[in-house]
Amino acid sequence: MSVGRPLLHTSYAADMAMFNTLTKKVAFGALVLVGLITPLLVPDRLLHLLALGCAAAIGAIGLNLVTGYAGQVSLGHAFFLAVGAYTAAALAGDPASRLIGFGVENILVWLPAAGLVAALAGVLVAPLAVRLRGLYLAIVTLGLVVVAEYVLTEWRSLTGGRDIGRRAATADLFGYRFDEPGALLTQDQKLYLLTFVLLVVFGLAGRNIARSRVGRAFSAIRDRDIAAGVIGVNLARYKTTAFALSSFYAGCAGALIYTVAGHFGPEQFTLLLSVQYIAMVLIGGAGTISGSIMGALLLMTVLPELTRWLPALLPFIGAFPTDRPNVFQVETILYGALVILFLIFEPRGLFGIWVRIRNYWKAWPFSY
Amino acid sequence: MRALLEAMVRGLGVGSVYALLALGFVIIYKATQVISFAQPAFMLAGAVLVTYLVGPAGFWVAVPLAALGTAVLALGVERVVVRPMVGKPAFVVAIITLGVDVALRVVVNGFIGTDVRQVRDPWGLETVTLAGLQVEQRHIAMLVTATALVAALFAFFRYTRMGLAMRAASYDQEAALAQGVSVGAVFALSWALAGGLAAVAGTFAAVGSSVDGSLWLIALIALPVIILGGLDSLPGAVVGGLMVGLVQEVTAIYQEDWPSWFGGNFSVVTPYVLMMLVLLFRPYGLFGTREVERV
Repeated sequence: MSVGRPLLHTSYAADMAMFNTLTKKVAFGALVLVGLITPLLVPDRLLHLLALGCAAAIGAIGLNLVTGYAGQVSLGHAFFLAVGAYTAAALAGDPASRLIGFGVENILVWLPAAGLVAALAGVLVAPLAVRLRGLYLAIVTLGLVVVAEYVLTEWRSLTGGRDIGRRAATADLFGYRFDEPGALLTQDQKLYLLTFVLLVVFGLAGRNIARSRVGRAFSAIRDRDIAAGVIGVNLARYKTTAFALSSFYAGCAGALIYTVAGHFGPEQFTLLLSVQYIAMVLIGGAGTISGSIMGALLLMTVLPELTRWLPALLPFIGAFPTDRPNVFQVETILYGALVILFLIFEPRGLFGIWVRIRNYWKAWPFSY
Repeated sequence: MRALLEAMVRGLGVGSVYALLALGFVIIYKATQVISFAQPAFMLAGAVLVTYLVGPAGFWVAVPLAALGTAVLALGVERVVVRPMVGKPAFVVAIITLGVDVALRVVVNGFIGTDVRQVRDPWGLETVTLAGLQVEQRHIAMLVTATALVAALFAFFRYTRMGLAMRAASYDQEAALAQGVSVGAVFALSWALAGGLAAVAGTFAAVGSSVDGSLWLIALIALPVIILGGLDSLPGAVVGGLMVGLVQEVTAIYQEDWPSWFGGNFSVVTPYVLMMLVLLFRPYGLFGTREVERV
């Protein structure tokens, strides 16, 4: 196994390995370690944002599988997030309350269930995806979000109704509660560790999918679907797989995000949520797992933390939704502006910036 | 029966607003092969501009002025963020316009503020009796305005040099370029036209009510309309718009009799349901050109 350049692989297995260089292996281990000790170093408020970021990263990886790898533009991610979030909330909900609830609070039950129900929804949507390409598909998936928003608003026994909402799923692992402060760790520390560990699991799984036969079929479809079909990739099957996998990730992410947030309502699953995930994928880097994670952390953790400081720096920006202009408006504008700037100046996203830095130091002191 | 006919007139009125919006999308698509998700923001901007201009200038002057202003805004957006992306995949440009929409709408919403802003049109909710039917004047006005604009547009494309250039560019950009057509000017004009149409549509969508942030949801309905009619078909946009308007208003009068689990507001999502149904059978819409696929 070679270290440094040039990257010569002596076997196919080495070329396709999960971590194809020693540096990557070491860096991954180091990052996981840093992630695990973060709760001891960082205040709870920031951990809460990090937990949201990790959970959102799972959803972003999902969107990246279908949009970045398989090239099927989906504006319907909010729909799948909603399916997952409500499946989990309904399963873990209190059977005695006025809302649908089954009282199964074990995370080992509701998390896979949220993913599977969302994946099923993905399979149901797939026939449209198989027939449509490009922008047609984007608009149909957008329609899905609008229809879902309507159904969720009307289905009050499940969702609690607009602006009222319901309690999200409570995370419980055989009696160990993640949503209550414990003897060793606080609530935010627990939730952060939970989402972080799950992010590592889902991230590795995503990378594994991407390098496998399925992932290569996805890339072939993205690059030219007819050509892929000609060389023997079953288009209908792999597009369906892409949607199912992506929705599974989205379902789990939806369940987790609102478990961290605690409470949610149907008014959150709008087109803007889909756009946020598109932004995560594009800002992070389409077609890369690490890019999705960077994008999600930037938009869910770094951006809210930065905009929190804005009112202090720029006094004309208010901190409350009633102020005009306020930080939430600034945040939304930043989403839009970041997407535009990245697409124009660095289409490979944060991952591309990282590649540039890496290549610079790899070749240093030579510029070629 | 009377209720049905009245609903159909309402549908044609609302549908003509959708048609105007959809025409903007289709004009941009034909020129640049991109769906501009920025249209909702232009629509909102146009309507808000009218609310500011209507005081000093009056409705009939404010609307053309606002259309002109929005056209200039659209022109600027095209020049700054869309032109550098010529030749990039359509999806990338579409997402850029989505970013423009998200950012621009926040700015425009800032101009709406917390007070009720009205376009102060001459019709309001007044009705008139036509052939025994009670019809709101605003729906007639929408239909008449849309008809006039559509006729003018089609004449423009059919009889003017620039219209010919636009048709040529949408047919084959390189060939048009070789014939001396300024494709850049075609891009700019198509965005300006779409912006102006969106402003007029936004104004008429706000007639009889007020301009607020949720107005852009109406612009989203233009998306199922263009898919329904076919992305690259101008007549398709008009027919699709009227169809969606009709279906929506007719559903609205019947939905009260439906079981309550259907929800009381199903007509809001009918455009999307209609779109999905049509797409399952005709993937390129009713009038769209089937894509020729080459490897």
